[in-house]
Amino acid sequence: MSAPVATASPTTTAHAAPAASPRDGRRGAGGVLLSVLTWVIGLIFLAPIFFMVLTSFHPEVQATLNTPQYFAPLTLHGYREFFGASSGQSVWPFVINSVLASVISTLLVLALAIPAAYALAVKPVSKWTDVMFFFLSTKFLPAAAGLVPLFLIAKATGGLNQIWFIIILYTAMNLPIAVWMMRSFLADIPPALFEAASLDGAGLIKTLLRVIAPIAMPGIAATSLICFIFSWNELFLVNVLTSTENAQTLPAFLPSLVTSQALFLGKLSAGAFAVSIPVLIAGFAAQDKLVQGLSLGAVK
Amino acid sequence: MRWKKAPHVVAAAGCAVLLTVTAACGSSDNSGGSSSSSASSSSSSESSSSSSSSADTGSGSATASGSDTASSSAGSVASSGGSGSGSSSAPTSGGGTGGGGEPTRNPNTDGKTINVLMVNNPQMIDLQKLTEANFTAKTGIKVNYTVLPEGDMRDKASLEFKNQSGQYDVATLSNFEIPIYAGNDWMADLTEYAKNDAGFNQADIFPAFTNSLTVDGKLYGEPFYGESSFLMYRKDVLQSKGITLKDTPTWDEVADAAAKVDGAQPGMKGICLRGKPGWGDFGAPLTTVINTFGGTWWDKDWNAQVTAQPFKDAVNFYVNLVKQHGEVSPDQASFPECLNALQQGKVAMWYDATSAAGSLEASDSPVKGKIGYVQAPVKETKASGWLYAWSWAIEKASKNQDAAWQFISWASSSAYENEVGTQLDWARVPAGKRTSLYSNPKYTAAAEAFAPATLTALKNADPTNPGTQPRPTVGIQFVDIPEFTDFGNKVTGTLAANVLAGNGSVDDWANDTQSQAQAIGDTYK
Amino acid sequence: MTAVQEKQTAVSSGVAADVNRKAKKEKWVRRIPLLPALIFTIVVTQIPFLVTIWISFRKWNANRPRLSGWTLNNFERVFTTKSTLLDLWHTAQLVLVVVLVSLVFGLGIALLLNRRFWGRAAVRTMMIAPFLIVPVAAALFWRYGIFDAQQGLLSGIATMVNHWFHPDAPASTVTLVSKHPLLAVEIALIWQWTPFMTLILLAGLQSRPGDILEAAAVDGATGWQVFRNLTLPHMRQYLELAGLLGGIYIIQNFDYVYQLTKDNPNTENIPYLIYKTVNAAGDYGLASAQGVVIVIATIVIATFALRTVSSLFREENAR
Repeated sequence: MSAPVATASPTTTAHAAPAASPRDGRRGAGGVLLSVLTWVIGLIFLAPIFFMVLTSFHPEVQATLNTPQYFAPLTLHGYREFFGASSGQSVWPFVINSVLASVISTLLVLALAIPAAYALAVKPVSKWTDVMFFFLSTKFLPAAAGLVPLFLIAKATGGLNQIWFIIILYTAMNLPIAVWMMRSFLADIPPALFEAASLDGAGLIKTLLRVIAPIAMPGIAATSLICFIFSWNELFLVNVLTSTENAQTLPAFLPSLVTSQALFLGKLSAGAFAVSIPVLIAGFAAQDKLVQGLSLGAVK
Repeated sequence: MRWKKAPHVVAAAGCAVLLTVTAACGSSDNSGGSSSSSASSSSSSESSSSSSSSADTGSGSATASGSDTASSSAGSVASSGGSGSGSSSAPTSGGGTGGGGEPTRNPNTDGKTINVLMVNNPQMIDLQKLTEANFTAKTGIKVNYTVLPEGDMRDKASLEFKNQSGQYDVATLSNFEIPIYAGNDWMADLTEYAKNDAGFNQADIFPAFTNSLTVDGKLYGEPFYGESSFLMYRKDVLQSKGITLKDTPTWDEVADAAAKVDGAQPGMKGICLRGKPGWGDFGAPLTTVINTFGGTWWDKDWNAQVTAQPFKDAVNFYVNLVKQHGEVSPDQASFPECLNALQQGKVAMWYDATSAAGSLEASDSPVKGKIGYVQAPVKETKASGWLYAWSWAIEKASKNQDAAWQFISWASSSAYENEVGTQLDWARVPAGKRTSLYSNPKYTAAAEAFAPATLTALKNADPTNPGTQPRPTVGIQFVDIPEFTDFGNKVTGTLAANVLAGNGSVDDWANDTQSQAQAIGDTYK
Repeated sequence: MTAVQEKQTAVSSGVAADVNRKAKKEKWVRRIPLLPALIFTIVVTQIPFLVTIWISFRKWNANRPRLSGWTLNNFERVFTTKSTLLDLWHTAQLVLVVVLVSLVFGLGIALLLNRRFWGRAAVRTMMIAPFLIVPVAAALFWRYGIFDAQQGLLSGIATMVNHWFHPDAPASTVTLVSKHPLLAVEIALIWQWTPFMTLILLAGLQSRPGDILEAAAVDGATGWQVFRNLTLPHMRQYLELAGLLGGIYIIQNFDYVYQLTKDNPNTENIPYLIYKTVNAAGDYGLASAQGVVIVIATIVIATFALRTVSSLFREENAR
């Protein structure tokens, strides 16, 4: 995966100038047309989110998109309903569960993945490629295939409807990705640095903490971001393995905003947007990390 | 073969003895019900007829209050251990009616938390809103609700009860699940709770529901609201086209009317009929039409009858009616979508649950006062309405069964009906389960448009003999076997996707469905 | 002599053994940091799968608690049920269509974004946004806010256009989910996954060696020639990587299929099938057999995919 890495220039951020492209020089009607086209495409992809946000601030009666009511009065009614104004169902337990599940599982993933990546990248164990592929292959196992045993194991161990069980599963779910990402980041650190560290007599742990960690920080950030997003988004497992606010996360809570009577689109839009806000913030704040993360560290 | 037991038990308990009307039961003696059914049903009908007349007298239950306080304290002493496991230990009756049916504090359950799983119907949302002030404040029991759309709720409940994972104490089940689950011992026996909770007044509950929630003499569920099905229509729209509907119209007349009112107003369709996949969604009204056309899923010997002519005629009729004069994108439409469509003037008629009337006549409904109600349309039978009750059941694995009963005792009480009436809207009362409600002048005044039609529909529904031929087990809009859930979801799914929304033929669908139905039927032979 | 010789060999073999032991120890020291992650992964991912295999040979139905014993019937039912084969086909179709279309869109958009123009950062941010909406939230909004025939945005657009010509016409209704359910799921998934592809491919484009491009420009190569002969070969790895990763996630997609087209047999994929077999049918034996089959199918596909990644890997190994 380092082929892209080897040739990658550090100019991948949006703000940095791209590598010189012959088309950059082209100006005039064609260029303007292409720019307009790019804008139009961007707006099309943004449109569903725009209407989601717009609807979320509309009163239920006007929260219809047939036809969109651009100038309906704005209100926080949808958000108040999402937070349980009239149903009395507080959303906070679900928020807390979501935060616990994604943050703790991410920390666990890092604790397990960084040493593993060290063993795979810096002083590679024999057959390290096989190990890497083993990790990746577990990502190919559809969670659905393990659904029955996971449910039965959860029931047998008292893990049903418990956040710790969800945390363990999320850790396992994200660990392969994290190992791949961290390995690729650590592989980029000059081996000389590690050697120097061990000559100093620094132990393995010290080496990891003092020398490697600071250099690997951007990689760790990218890894955390991806693990956080995937845990925050997960629905399939939580849908089957949890039942109440004791352990249910926000994705499992959202469908309950669909009520069987009358209007709920405003409330639903508010909920959908509110639940996505942490991911949106994390993603926008670390746009270039996102690319590294999504490509398992192959693209930097 | 191996699984005959549960359905036959159900057949025995299921004879429709509604209110004091016992005539409907006479015919069932000759039908699929086993010989034991007549015995048990006649005895229960006797007790019900005598007790329901006494319950007729008052909407509250002032007469019972004195004895209740006594029995409640006695009960709590008896089960001071706290972990009452259903029938063995004497359950408390804390949820009883002190005076007007108020829930009371019980030291054994005060401060407990119970988890309740329920469907997101309007009646349940009202309950959620009223819980804090009317239940938790008085009993000290905190209630955590998990409210889900019907399909998700059923998935969750079945996973929960089948595995006895003990996450929910109470769930909304129905007269479909309860007889099946009881056979596997997945629910707590409520018989003693109900008996000792004098304020609850079990005799006030419609006997048809008490019977269909009772298996082998043990009561497993209490109805929250009961419903049959009937036809709702816009009086003004039909009048403008010069149409009048009989009290019990035929399906052909309804189809004619739907054709005439289609397009009566801009964007208005003729009729709304459910088409969203699901045995309890599309499957329910469809099966009542199949029944009244003379069809059935299985005959009494478990031979699949899907390719029989009456069955195919019924499905063709339903599908064509929806395709020609029905709502937009019928394969997405179930109860909530049709309710919206009728309220917003997008359809002129709607055949669905009687409980819809409460929402249509609520004070904030745009069509309040504009709706007429007639019985479920028929063809070969005299009545075709279904019988259904969202009912509370306590999971056997629940550790808070006493508190759970207190909750049920409140939610299904006439006191709660009063609270909805006084605090929200009399039209929104979860109705169709208690005789006393129908002699409550406030309710009958608010519900005068639909209460008589609802009562007639409930009275005429006979789960043991819903069609023109004997059936292997009970059920009007369903067949009461565990396989019907998955089977019903699948075949209504293919019908909706391939025939209703696509160009597939009913014949192809029927041939495919017949073999699936036969495979299930063979396991019962 | 012989004694000395023996002694020598003994010593040397002793030294060799010592070296061996040291090497072994060294090996283990190297392995130790790897072990927690490896063991954790094996325990949490492999044990459930072994249990799945075991259950798939059992008669086990939650509706019939008294049933037990070994059987091959579960697998027989997987392969003889028409709808299961159809579900496999839907799964494959979803992966292929969504991955290919998102890749093509992603490449096109990446090429557009790779130019310098006014507001480039803003457009790039807009393009990322769909990927950052929680999938179930997005699916619910697509279902009720966009595809809904009565109140959805698609119907709204149709109404708007219709009103230009017939100002008094009633609101239009677009029934995409009813008529083309799989297409509806694909549209929503492509919307969410195109940004993913765009991001990776854009990074790839920007890593093209600038000097070669300049040289090509000096040589007077046309845009198409540059794309065909320089960009595309360079982008191959990125396309493969993006496609592989997208495929891994989309093959397991549950949120969209479940929320957009509940109980629709024409979109049902394997994860949803298993979910239904567990929940509605309560047939754990059958659900496990379905799980085993999907894993075998994925392993076959994954082997090809991994071979692709392998080629990337070898280049690094050779480093």
